[in-house]
Amino acid sequence: MGVATAVRSAVAGLAWYVKGVMGEDAYEKYLAHHESVHGTDAQVPVLTEREFWRDQTDRQDTNPQGRCC
Amino acid sequence: MDATSKIPHDAIDEPDLTQDPALPPVALDPTIHEAEEAHWTPVKIAIWVAIALLGGLSWVMLAVVRGETVNAIWFVFAAICTYLIGYRFYSNYIQKHLLRPDDRRATPAEYKADGKDYAATDRRVLFGHHFAAIAGAGPLVGPVLAAQMGYLPGTIWIIVGVVFAGAVQDYLVLFFSMRRGGRSLGQMARDELGRVGGTAALIATLTIMVIIVAILALVVTNALAESAWGVFSVGMTIPIALFMGCYLRFFRPGKVTEISIIGFVLLIAAIVGGGAIAGTEWGAALFTVDKVPLAIGIIVYGFIAAILPVWLLLAPRDYLSTFMKIGTIGMLAVAIIVVRPEITVPAVTEFATSGAGPVVSGTLFPFLFVTIACGALSGFHALIASGTTPKLIEKERQTRFIGYGGMLMESFVAIMALVAALSIDQGIYYAMNASPALTGGTVQGAAAFVNGLGLTGVSVTPELLAQTALNVGEETIVSRTGGAPTLSVGLANIMQQVAGGSGMMAFWYHFAIMFEALFILTAVDAGTRVARFMLQDSLGNFFPKFKDTSWRTGAWLTTGIMVAAWGAVLVMGVTDPLGGINTLFPLFGIANQLLAAIALAVCMAIVAKRGMFKYIWIVAVPLGFAAVVTITASIMKIFSTVPSVGYFAQNAAFSKALADGETSFGTATSVAAMEAVVRNTMVQGILSIVFVTLAVIVIFTALQATWNAWKTHSNATNEDLAVPSRIFAPSGIMATPAEKATQALWDARPSTGKRKTREH
Repeated sequence: MGVATAVRSAVAGLAWYVKGVMGEDAYEKYLAHHESVHGTDAQVPVLTEREFWRDQTDRQDTNPQGRCC
Repeated sequence: MDATSKIPHDAIDEPDLTQDPALPPVALDPTIHEAEEAHWTPVKIAIWVAIALLGGLSWVMLAVVRGETVNAIWFVFAAICTYLIGYRFYSNYIQKHLLRPDDRRATPAEYKADGKDYAATDRRVLFGHHFAAIAGAGPLVGPVLAAQMGYLPGTIWIIVGVVFAGAVQDYLVLFFSMRRGGRSLGQMARDELGRVGGTAALIATLTIMVIIVAILALVVTNALAESAWGVFSVGMTIPIALFMGCYLRFFRPGKVTEISIIGFVLLIAAIVGGGAIAGTEWGAALFTVDKVPLAIGIIVYGFIAAILPVWLLLAPRDYLSTFMKIGTIGMLAVAIIVVRPEITVPAVTEFATSGAGPVVSGTLFPFLFVTIACGALSGFHALIASGTTPKLIEKERQTRFIGYGGMLMESFVAIMALVAALSIDQGIYYAMNASPALTGGTVQGAAAFVNGLGLTGVSVTPELLAQTALNVGEETIVSRTGGAPTLSVGLANIMQQVAGGSGMMAFWYHFAIMFEALFILTAVDAGTRVARFMLQDSLGNFFPKFKDTSWRTGAWLTTGIMVAAWGAVLVMGVTDPLGGINTLFPLFGIANQLLAAIALAVCMAIVAKRGMFKYIWIVAVPLGFAAVVTITASIMKIFSTVPSVGYFAQNAAFSKALADGETSFGTATSVAAMEAVVRNTMVQGILSIVFVTLAVIVIFTALQATWNAWKTHSNATNEDLAVPSRIFAPSGIMATPAEKATQALWDARPSTGKRKTREH
């Protein structure tokens, strides 16, 4: 493996991790879940990215989680 | 929550966990794990011998060899080596004998998967999430205050406490909640301890939450009062968060990392700009705020923040806070290893035995163990470990890495905070942490007070105090109690040696203040929201309308009640003639440890009901310790005849002085101040009684449940019924060879339905 590939792979790994910890991959996970349950069945509506993120913060309004001290 | 899943059932009727034969193995046989662990290659042996030797050497350097100074690197090595040994051997023992996770069972993230709240998350990512949710200002503050007893007691308690108590609690609660579909601690208490124990646990949780939020708010008030720079830069986080919230809502939904980076740049700009603005006449006039108006401001802020929609303020602030938390803690770890400060604090000071320390009063036992709660044993974690995390966990065996391992990380944060506090000059430490009642709030008064303490090697001049204040860009550093300013001076002192030199101290100081204030304000907002929902739920039993959480008036009313409750304690703290932090901080620690006792009591009942008496000591030992510490501390706070320790003794002393017609007494210089002391001590005393009573009820009901289980040879469990899993994932931070081989079988499958993984 060349140095360039190693660096690229490390950067990709870091980006994957940061996105995961920040929760940025939530919509991708939702889509993957939706597809695994409903397949590509167009009958079951799938939330758009914008709808999903609205729904996500709105759910936190009714189900708050503590942060520790 | 469907009712059927909550019926206790016999643990023996093992459900059929035969996996789908079309899939590669979803779990490794436990004997394979054991064989891998028992396979001691020479390299492995050499590594563990080296870890043990280095750890042992570090402890010898800290505890036995007592030169003039001790290098901070020994704290780091002692901590890391002990954590590694505790994780590798003790948590493994708990896993093997007590919890016995079964990867053939699906976790709630799998069998309740909805792609939103319940979603299997990569273990390393979840570790980051969980750590960000548990670690806040607590582990940064407690060790700073406990440093007055010397470096050794705090270090031993943080490191040994986490291995045998704190990490055990987090691991157990996470595991038990996961086995119950992610049920909360309150629900588990009701299931395991019955109505009385469950109700006591609920009321205790609610009051404990109020105290914790109040004292966190007190820490931030003390850090920002009379600091124009701090008020400006922390105040700027509000418009920055609002901007981030709108950006995510309307402009680019979901671009969390991108906006967090933008937010971070704006934060740094706010810190730099704060220095410039505090330097101007109008800026200093506008942003220099006294403690009381600042406390009122925080209360008003707390109310508004808790009723605003999450997307506008809480969510973006959370992103910033996560970003800052992981970044700054990593940076501090690197800096401590690079700088390796020499520490001149004695191993044990006379305050450990005399109990007359000016920072927090009371002797080592029990007060060290309540002053340092977070980092060693933190009950609040039980609320997180039974909240979001169990709903995201992929495989049962990962609970060890996330629950036990996550808490070890928090403990390491506490050790670094301790090192940072210890690295500053002792004279400055005492001048910063003694209450204004003792120092008079002036550099001369503080120097006279510190030099009058009669501690060997501890002296300070008014010039040094003034110069230090100038270096960190503050008006004064005298009596900046609460731990946060001290930690910030320590962090600034360490960081300026890595980057920027003494000219950068003021920046690093305010960076650290900002970092702590961010966590605290997020915790205050989130804590108020959680408490409001708990109150609405409880009130709903009497007035059903309150159960409707979308009812505006009810939401505002209950939010108002919760804010008023913590606000009252906050105002009491900032106006307290006795100092505030030194009288209230023990309540914070006691509250947190009592919550830990409650969580461990619930765990003990669960273990007993499963009939696992042979290993019940794993829970009973930390429970016993937490119970003894908190009950002793509470009793001393209630009954001690020493006024600086006992709330009612203080109350009686001041009441008597008032009755005798005196117009000043002790550190209270007016009748109004004396009346305030009488009022405050009464409230604090009553709170102590409430806490200890509730905790005793919970522990008693847990003992009762344990005894019943022993008598009836119980084998019952409230776990959800087992469902066979259909996914695989390794359990620790690195996949073992056997796990890698299995993972390869999964990766070799055709891509349809394959889950994204990233194994290196």
